[in-house]
Amino acid sequence: MKPQRLAGATLGLALASAFSLLTGFTWADAWSAQDKAVLASLSLDRLPPAPRDPSNAVDADPAAAALGKRLFADTRFSRNQSVSCATCHAADRQFQDGLPVGKGVGSGSRRTMPIAGAAHGPWFFWDGRKDSLWSQALGPLEDAVEHGSNRTRIAALLMANYRSEYEALFGAMPDLAGLPADAGPNGTVAERGAWQSMPAHRRHEVNRVFANLGKAIAAYERTLHLGESRFDRYARAVVAGDAAGQALLSAAEVRGLRLFIGPGQCATCHSGPLFTDQHFHNTGVPPRDAARPDSGRAAATARVEHDEFNCLGAYSDAPKSACQELRFMVSGDAASLGAFKTPGLRNAAQRAPYMHAGQFANLDEVIAHYVASPAAALGHSELAHDGSGSAHRQAIRLSAAQARDLAAFLHTLSGPIAETMRSD
Amino acid sequence: MTRTLLSTALLATSLALAACGTPPRDLDLTLRHPSAQGRYVVQMEPPAAAPAINQMHAWQIRLNRADGTPVRGARFAVDGGMPQHGHGLPTRPQVTQELADGTYLMEGMKFSMTGWWEIKLAIQAAEGADSVVFNTVVEAPGARR
Repeated sequence: MKPQRLAGATLGLALASAFSLLTGFTWADAWSAQDKAVLASLSLDRLPPAPRDPSNAVDADPAAAALGKRLFADTRFSRNQSVSCATCHAADRQFQDGLPVGKGVGSGSRRTMPIAGAAHGPWFFWDGRKDSLWSQALGPLEDAVEHGSNRTRIAALLMANYRSEYEALFGAMPDLAGLPADAGPNGTVAERGAWQSMPAHRRHEVNRVFANLGKAIAAYERTLHLGESRFDRYARAVVAGDAAGQALLSAAEVRGLRLFIGPGQCATCHSGPLFTDQHFHNTGVPPRDAARPDSGRAAATARVEHDEFNCLGAYSDAPKSACQELRFMVSGDAASLGAFKTPGLRNAAQRAPYMHAGQFANLDEVIAHYVASPAAALGHSELAHDGSGSAHRQAIRLSAAQARDLAAFLHTLSGPIAETMRSD
Repeated sequence: MTRTLLSTALLATSLALAACGTPPRDLDLTLRHPSAQGRYVVQMEPPAAAPAINQMHAWQIRLNRADGTPVRGARFAVDGGMPQHGHGLPTRPQVTQELADGTYLMEGMKFSMTGWWEIKLAIQAAEGADSVVFNTVVEAPGARR
């Protein structure tokens, strides 16, 4: 039997070499028409401009972006005067912090997410509890462990330090005289009490200032774009039939790419030019705290539905008809329990550790997880595993060498991040 | 013998893997069906220009009796998903209005990836409850009819 198999393998190699000679391609780079279409679908060339956010009237306004950039780096908006958005979303670290969980004035429970390209998705945070970039930006400001600030303090700081820039964009600041220095609906007991003691119309005025601050930050975040990677140049060469251009990836990286779109099943969810379907999935990633597993998307849909800063709320600039994501949102779905947003994979190789709470230190551990496919601590993993395979879904089986190739491929997705206003 | 069985199993596995992302060959892609119990004839009309992946869009539904007369005042529940991936629709589409006699607007449709999707309608109208299932194969950059 053994000699026969050897002979078979030799014949296979001989055929492969003959093919290479005939076509001028190396065997590794012979892609089918279907594969080429998949490679093209993953290319940055295919990324449309980020959609305008109808709930943010200034989302493409350069003056708003300029103000937002200053606010993003201003530590005065934190309780201890030393945390800004840029503390965790550091420009020299892919707009993230490299830590398993975010550290603001305290320690968070989830991994800091990168910002470049975020404007392309409909949901924000790992669980999608926000439906716009501007509403997302408001969350950390009054979160007890991130900035730990509150709405009246933030409004007063804006008035004192950015009044002219603010008023040029959003009109006159309201009168803040006589308001409690520290008041907000998500703060300490004292801050919540102070907030409740304020007349409704003054709370509304402060909310509007708070929302506008988020809209300026969102305008800045929208200028952060992902740049071309080695993979993009390779894919362009493959589609154009440029054999020389295909030398951009090594044989191992090409094998990894084949696994990524094939038996590795990665491209099922990591699809499109940003390598994410922008949706939520439970893949059985072990919780950081086994005693308190994170319910992910399941707990987020009610939050975004009732969020006063959502697309349908009083501080949104969108007509109801433009709030389709929120109006037609899936809620109460069993599959959302323990589900988290598919992260985009561009520049992911530079963003260890991985998963929603930094559970895995490196890409090898991530790939090993998908091969092991453990049962979910909460809800049900969508991954098939041995014995559960249906006619439609198979367990992901990769050898150690294949896992290395897959990791090598993921490194080809790195490119620069550019800050540019685009007339999208 | 064992080895032959093993190779057959391996071959079957690789065929199944290859088939994983490919819709079944005999899939009925017609968009005009009688409902399951024959109470209605349902015709689905996707947008004229195929929507991009993850692009929110609307379909129209024409609901007729078997004799071709339009059914007014019907209510619909929309469901669906990808049988090959074991997940539902990424959104919860709704029939939001009756545009004309027996023609309804289904908003909030979105396909988050290429491949075979099912669209299931539960219909409630004066003639009684019924249901219907349609298949559509979404190809980049849009949906094939």
